[in-house]
Amino acid sequence: MVVQALAFYLFAVVLVLSALMVITARNPVHSVLFLILAFFNAAGLFVLLGAEFIGMILVIVYVGAVAVLFLFVVMMLDINFSDLRKGAMQFVPIGLLIGGILLFELGTLYATWQFAPAVQEKLAAAASVAIEADNTKALGEILYTKYFLPFQMAGMILFVAMIGAIVLTLRHRPGVRRQKVSLQHARRAEDVLEIQKVPSGTGV
Amino acid sequence: MAPSELLINYLPILVFLVIAGGMSIAMIAGSLLAGIRKPDSEKLSAYECGFDAFSNARSKFDVRYYLVTLLFIIFDLEIAFLFPWAVTLGKIGMFGFWSMMGFLGILTVGFIYEWKKGGLDWE
Repeated sequence: MVVQALAFYLFAVVLVLSALMVITARNPVHSVLFLILAFFNAAGLFVLLGAEFIGMILVIVYVGAVAVLFLFVVMMLDINFSDLRKGAMQFVPIGLLIGGILLFELGTLYATWQFAPAVQEKLAAAASVAIEADNTKALGEILYTKYFLPFQMAGMILFVAMIGAIVLTLRHRPGVRRQKVSLQHARRAEDVLEIQKVPSGTGV
Repeated sequence: MAPSELLINYLPILVFLVIAGGMSIAMIAGSLLAGIRKPDSEKLSAYECGFDAFSNARSKFDVRYYLVTLLFIIFDLEIAFLFPWAVTLGKIGMFGFWSMMGFLGILTVGFIYEWKKGGLDWE
């Protein structure tokens, strides 16, 4: 238990510190690397909670794919970030105003929050499934049957994301020669080769 | 499985993390404390095969990398959904099986679209 508490504080402290570094680092590439560190620590926290499947998916999907996407996006922007920051001070008042409003809203939400009476037993029911079986099994038993509709909607959302990415970013450049394997295979020696008998001394 | 029982399985990883973190901190701190450092402008400048660096290392990437990673994320998520399905396939019956087939079918339509549009080609 002591080890668990120590591990929790280690992950939590590193998570908060690296999240702070994400927004304060001068170099945007460093920001993305700190974001990866934050993802790893969040995965550690999930494992500590017993949600090992979510933790592993966080590592696979967020560290393995989303962080790489962010890195590419940062590398794609042709922006000198030190120039961008020069005029940033004049926006501080409005930023503070909006941040203050958001903080106030969060505070009121936190102060007036109360759970519906049935939530506790429902939470207990969900936890019993997760404790009896493996994490992954507990998910699989309800995700595809009980939560059929959200699952299919997730599929549709992924589909829309795929189509959207293709429509937005796919550009065909004119004049690019591509390899066409079918044409290469259909080529016969008779069509393209000709054997000439050259008499000696005359040249071609 | 109770959470503490599950966490015992992760103890080796924690030990590994502590050893790896401790060693890297020890190496950096050791070189900071014990190393002789006499920096000058030549030592601190970027080294590029002996001549002056031509340009900034931050060059602009092509937007096609974005497309490749985004498509990778989508199929990565598809595989993430396949894991719990594969583990519980015996329990969830035909409905669970066809539920996943519908999901895969939707994404396969997207895959065919992507293939036909040439999203997978690198010109």
